[in-house]
Amino acid sequence: MADQHHDTPMLDELENGPWPSFISGFKRLRDKHEDKRISGMANDLLGQLEHSYETRKGYWKGGTVSVFGYGSGIIPRFSEVGDSFPESREFHTLRVQPPAGNYYTTDMLRQLGDSWEKWGSGLVTFHGQTGNIMFIGTSTDNTQHFFDEINEYGWDLGGAGPCVRTGMSCVGAARCEMSGLDEMKIHRTLLNNFTDDVHRPALPYKFKFKVSGCGNDCMNAIERSDFAIIGTWRDDMKVDQEEVKKFVARKGREYVIDNVITRCPTKALSLKDDDTMDVDNRNCVRCMHCMNVMVKALSPGDDKGATILIGGKRTLKIGDLMGTVVVPFMKLDTEEDYEKLTEMAEETIDFWAENGLEHERCGEMVERIGLVNFLEGVGIEVDPNMVNEPRQSSYVRMDGWDEEAEKWFTRKAEEKAAAS
Amino acid sequence: MAQDHRPPIESGCPDGFQYMHPVMRKNYGDWDYHEHPRPGVLLHVAKNGDQIWTVRAGTQRILDVFTLRTLCDIGDKFADGYVRFTIRSNIEYMVSDEAKVQPMIDALEAEGFVVGGTKNSVAMISHTQGWLHCDIPGTDASGVVKAMMDELIDEFKENNMPNRVHMTTSCCQINCGGQGDIAINVQHTKPPKINHDLVSNVCERPSVVARCPVAAIRPALVNGKPSLEVDEKKCICCGACFPPCPPMQINDAEYSKLAIWVGGNHSNARGKPTFQKLVAAGIPNNPPRWPEATAIVKRILTAYKDDARDWERINDWVERVGWPRFFELTGLPFTKFHIDNWRGARRSLNSSTHIRF
Repeated sequence: MADQHHDTPMLDELENGPWPSFISGFKRLRDKHEDKRISGMANDLLGQLEHSYETRKGYWKGGTVSVFGYGSGIIPRFSEVGDSFPESREFHTLRVQPPAGNYYTTDMLRQLGDSWEKWGSGLVTFHGQTGNIMFIGTSTDNTQHFFDEINEYGWDLGGAGPCVRTGMSCVGAARCEMSGLDEMKIHRTLLNNFTDDVHRPALPYKFKFKVSGCGNDCMNAIERSDFAIIGTWRDDMKVDQEEVKKFVARKGREYVIDNVITRCPTKALSLKDDDTMDVDNRNCVRCMHCMNVMVKALSPGDDKGATILIGGKRTLKIGDLMGTVVVPFMKLDTEEDYEKLTEMAEETIDFWAENGLEHERCGEMVERIGLVNFLEGVGIEVDPNMVNEPRQSSYVRMDGWDEEAEKWFTRKAEEKAAAS
Repeated sequence: MAQDHRPPIESGCPDGFQYMHPVMRKNYGDWDYHEHPRPGVLLHVAKNGDQIWTVRAGTQRILDVFTLRTLCDIGDKFADGYVRFTIRSNIEYMVSDEAKVQPMIDALEAEGFVVGGTKNSVAMISHTQGWLHCDIPGTDASGVVKAMMDELIDEFKENNMPNRVHMTTSCCQINCGGQGDIAINVQHTKPPKINHDLVSNVCERPSVVARCPVAAIRPALVNGKPSLEVDEKKCICCGACFPPCPPMQINDAEYSKLAIWVGGNHSNARGKPTFQKLVAAGIPNNPPRWPEATAIVKRILTAYKDDARDWERINDWVERVGWPRFFELTGLPFTKFHIDNWRGARRSLNSSTHIRF
């Protein structure tokens, strides 16, 4: 084989420098792998990629490849220059759902690696931007074989196309003191309730769930998911005054004032003369900054739950959209709580499936029809936490004001009665 | 053949507990606080005093099976055989014994992996497939990232930044890399080139027309064949028509450029989450090492490092010092293209006398 390698002068430049090189990895497969199918595939893949670098163009086309029984989960790739690079002519990716929280044993990684070596290119990424394990590069026939093999020991495909996509959840309760949720349970409850919608694309466009255990939102749920579940709490945050004093003694008052007290977005903190800290809990917005800085002294309260936001997505087609609060707080302790969450997700997806246009994300639909129409469609009452501020424009029909005001008073009275 | 098909087991998302380190399983939901003993290492302490040490390392992200096995060997030899991956594709090893931490770091570094990426570092750049696998890419994200991380590796290994810096790259305006403190994204500058011989066979024309954000595409007969035409004065060169209609080629060796955006921040800490803003464009898409893009990123990082206060992310910093100062400190030109004219753009204009001198 050695003398038949494609020349790759441009890619060779990416073997220089201290960061680990993916090109060196491809070459290891080409030069050291005993299976000629893999070494040949790596050689032609390098050849095509070098051709892309030279011409500044991509040469992959989509198509239709699936596994028996599913309509989703494979990213088909057929080369447009396959005659020059025949052994990587078909180079499909399988999107496989990772465990919630992205945990693996080395034994399981080896087993997956062995299966992939048997049927695929030997190239894998943990994980793609939607959150899938990306098994990159196999032929149409081997797609089915690889799926059959790993499906037998517990792995299933993720979403691709207009369907419920693979979810993401942060490390959360498994290793983080900020966590307000059982992220793994939420992730699995939601995703596995919609397995049919993951595997059989029948929605207007993609729909993503992401779970972050606190407002730091390490999963980018507000910016990147249609249905964001973010952990929070509604009682007082915890302050260990002895640890506060130790922190002040170690870092100095100036540091604490400049980096904690004055950084609070709602001015809810004050440093007392005795180096303890006062918190205005009614005005704390659970932004997490002070806790990020004073990890040992400050922590979330005990009455934990979730804030739900709907409709985050990137630019195309109408411009970037963040998620919008639709549930300021809900408990997620009992099985009934989880049923409520699942029902809400079902209502949301059903409403969007009926009212969304083709290729219109849920957030774009909400933008088009207005938040109130969405809320009425899914049966959620309005709440001032849903807005930054009330409307500025007077161009609105407001007959029916008295009935709406009455609804508010009735609801508030019911909440008061339920709380007492 | 059909009878040979095996029906799938629709098991969905697997349970992570079976792969989780026993100390994390035992203390699920019962963590007290964490410390950051050195870059790339986290110590989490549970309420009962149990400890778990995490070592984080950057890799090439696209792993060949040999590299995957090397990572597993290190996990077996120096850790307890439990790993996880972060959202930015770093690998994390968890151990309950502090004595295992340094030998593991040594082993990772000996194999060429890079320990770091925690706290106020420049984290691993998140990115997608590019020329390696995507059907619509304007560039090769993996190559851009490799070339850039070669230059930023010390910032990954150390904690010299005012706060963490999350970077992303994307090979088209769909921006799969996501929002970032600094995002390097393809920006096309010329309308698509249409192969009219293929359009009617390949494209579902009404859905291509519907895909255009500015209604610049209309059905047309070209050379007697049904095709599509683009009003080039209206076209914003976004490339949205290319995925559903490959004969409308948007990628161009010369006119597909890179643009740099800053100030995207997913976190609710201090302020509400923010989207990234345009700061530089017209940057050559220059494989194999994209030096022009890296140079601008380094200028932005230098200005941020010198001028921002502790805990300020890039968006916090610019909000405090103002955009005129950002352009002054980075030496980047401010042009008419920085002034937004998309829907909702008026909220980005300054309607006050708040001017810094």
